Amino acid sequence: MKLLRLAPEDTKFPFMRFRRVSYPFSAVLSIASVVLFLSLGMNFGIDFSGGTLIELRAKSGTADIAKLRATAEHMDVGDVEVQGFGAPSDVTLRFGLQKGGDAAQEVAVSRVKAAIGDGYEIRRTEVVGPRVSGELVQSGTLGVVISIVAVLCYLWFRFEWQFAVGAIIATMHDLLLTVGFFALTRLEFNTTSIAAILTIVGYSLNETVVVLDRIREMMRKYRRMPTDQLIDLSVNAVLPRTVMTATTVFLALLSLVVFGGQVIRSFSIAMIWGIFVATYSSVFICSPMLIYLGLRSETVGTAPPAAGKLGKASA
Amino acid sequence: MLRFATWKIVSILAMTAFAVLVIVPSLLSPENREALIAHLPSWVPARAIVLGLDLQGGSHVLLEVDSASVTKSLIDNLRDSVRRTLREEKIAITGGIGVLQRGVQVRIPDAAERARVMPKLKQLAASAASASADGSRVPAFDVTENESGLVQFTVTEAGVSAKIRRAVEQSIEVLRRRVDALGTTEPNIQRQGEDRILVEVPGLQDTGKLKEILGTTAKLEFRLVAEPGADPSETESLDDTERPGAKLPVEKRVMVQGEDLTDAQPGFDSRTQEPIVNFRFNIRGGQRFGEVTSENVGRPFAIVLDGKVISAPRILGPITGGSGQISGRFTVEDANKLAILLRAGALPAKLTIVEERTVGPGLGQDSIDAGKRAAYVGAGLVAFYMLITYGVFGVFANIALAVHIAFIFAGLVLLGATLTLPGIAGIVLTIGMAVDSNVLIYERIREEAHQGRSILSALDAGFNRAFATIVDSNVTMFVAAAILYFLGSGPVRGFAVSLALGILTTIITAVTMTRMMITLWYRYKRPARLPI
Repeated sequence: MKLLRLAPEDTKFPFMRFRRVSYPFSAVLSIASVVLFLSLGMNFGIDFSGGTLIELRAKSGTADIAKLRATAEHMDVGDVEVQGFGAPSDVTLRFGLQKGGDAAQEVAVSRVKAAIGDGYEIRRTEVVGPRVSGELVQSGTLGVVISIVAVLCYLWFRFEWQFAVGAIIATMHDLLLTVGFFALTRLEFNTTSIAAILTIVGYSLNETVVVLDRIREMMRKYRRMPTDQLIDLSVNAVLPRTVMTATTVFLALLSLVVFGGQVIRSFSIAMIWGIFVATYSSVFICSPMLIYLGLRSETVGTAPPAAGKLGKASA
Repeated sequence: MLRFATWKIVSILAMTAFAVLVIVPSLLSPENREALIAHLPSWVPARAIVLGLDLQGGSHVLLEVDSASVTKSLIDNLRDSVRRTLREEKIAITGGIGVLQRGVQVRIPDAAERARVMPKLKQLAASAASASADGSRVPAFDVTENESGLVQFTVTEAGVSAKIRRAVEQSIEVLRRRVDALGTTEPNIQRQGEDRILVEVPGLQDTGKLKEILGTTAKLEFRLVAEPGADPSETESLDDTERPGAKLPVEKRVMVQGEDLTDAQPGFDSRTQEPIVNFRFNIRGGQRFGEVTSENVGRPFAIVLDGKVISAPRILGPITGGSGQISGRFTVEDANKLAILLRAGALPAKLTIVEERTVGPGLGQDSIDAGKRAAYVGAGLVAFYMLITYGVFGVFANIALAVHIAFIFAGLVLLGATLTLPGIAGIVLTIGMAVDSNVLIYERIREEAHQGRSILSALDAGFNRAFATIVDSNVTMFVAAAILYFLGSGPVRGFAVSLALGILTTIITAVTMTRMMITLWYRYKRPARLPI
């Protein structure tokens, strides 16, 4: 049987030469992400902005969005966003926090439910009060920060400091670009998006670690080789694996996007973006960073990295 | 490479069999599951997997004890005791008892009287104390007095937070009785954080009723309607539900409270056929009600529920039987609900709904179907791709993948963890990532073979060299999942659990199990060259 190979055998791509392109390219994308984040902002779901989401399904036929919009104007709950949601019979209503604290939200919900009438089945109701949404923002941010710090510690312990710094810069890059992606696509940003971001952080580090592991191994083997050649050699060596794994994860995620339903679609789309960015950054951002950080083969110990590093400063 | 201990093979096969056994009950219909469980010995953990509310449908309601209302009730109670004490001791005060934002004040101009009553007042402040978290008793009020005879009671932070803690505990009991009365299956009611209560009710259709039942304090009071010319500081005007928009002046003093009720049942008035609620007092309540009604024949009294007058009948004669009825403009539904609330008792404080998430059963089922479809298609695609890329080694990886999925489900069942929609997404994601370990190993084997090693030595080197990388890369992923678990809530937590379990099981399935299969394959086949 002839087996499929996506990546050709024994590639010798000069990846490190691309750093003159990839760094400015990533810098532009990162800045664009920040600008997008600051100008457009995120399309925060009610988890973070507070407010109410009601998902409806027309009991017969398709949902009449125009009519629902007209009804919504007389509900006296502020602006109501009426949107189709997957199937033509499905629609979501979303409105912001009501004045008057937590108790006022419930009152608004009953008013809206009464106004919608009998033609629709209420499939989902989510009400997040002002206090809870504030806390969700806090714990979400905290989660992302803590995970980065924790992984930094692990990498510092397992590898040379240059590796840890490179990995963190690559991860931050992925994080920024993911945020920019959310801002640009207007994908709803909610608590599952935090899960997506943390998973992207995990995946990005996973990719980075696989490449770094190989670089370290090569450095112990070829102690005289210039760093950029050595990194090229390592990246080419793990390239088949990188392509293969990115593809299997992509296939799994693609099936989630197509078949997994509306509720987790934004999660799955963000994850797909994440694996592309993470794969790119592990090769084009993290690895060249080691050159800039002045890593040399001679500085990498033969013994486990934590020990045996001292007294081997480069000549 | 050729040596693979028999005990390892046996234990891997045993673990796989056990995992399959554990997940079988979840795959059966509820009836078959019951039948199976009845036939199995008790040590077999034959449980169905727990589905999250987003999959089985249901309501998740987060309630918060209103600290302002807790403070107010502390202050009101103190005011009542101060008034009683001053009355009993016949102390003259000027200007009545003032209620402040955070306390009570009273002016006792006469220094001698003040000196006489102060110890008693201080004792009141101390007895309003409540047990704090570490069990020590903290005073709920600070007491100060000044030269001009002004005595001030200020509520303390420790006092309020201890009271909130107690209120949460009592509320959980009350809410449990109320929700049980709705007749739903397995509601989950638990404390969350300092001042919150999480109520999870699976499969309930009418969430409006649930929220009313959760959010109503149901504080019932019997008070006399104030007579014209009564001291205004002793009375207050309450909304009269019988005459919308109108107010009725009633005495602040409470004759009998809802906590003195022993039973409440909905019924119909024998004359008017209106829905009513029949109730019975306990002995203390019955006596007290008997006394008050005999002393006040001819006066109207008000039945007050949560600060609103439901009805204000006239006392026609002493009511000493220890029972009575509440009429109002009830529908049958109202009467039923009020009876449930009165039986379950009043909440010690006002509860506010701060978060609600309700998923209808239709959407839940749709999510299960969508999740299943995504998992089948995802697994199918990955398996096919592995097969066409690695041939017979791909088959090994796919067998390991199947066992991996069985392990995740078995892990969820054994941990009693909840499967949510993001949890399913996590499993689908780990399907894509589980093969990463296989890929790392296979690519390494190819590479080693390429550099001229013999098949056996390439296999050996591939497994050994890839292992360090597999551990490193999985640790980083696991850290992210663990943090997500501790900070996330509800469905997101489900995602973290699936992801973490998936990472742990790949080490067993992708590394050890694949190695076992390749070893056995090599021993049997003795291939001349690698098939990848």
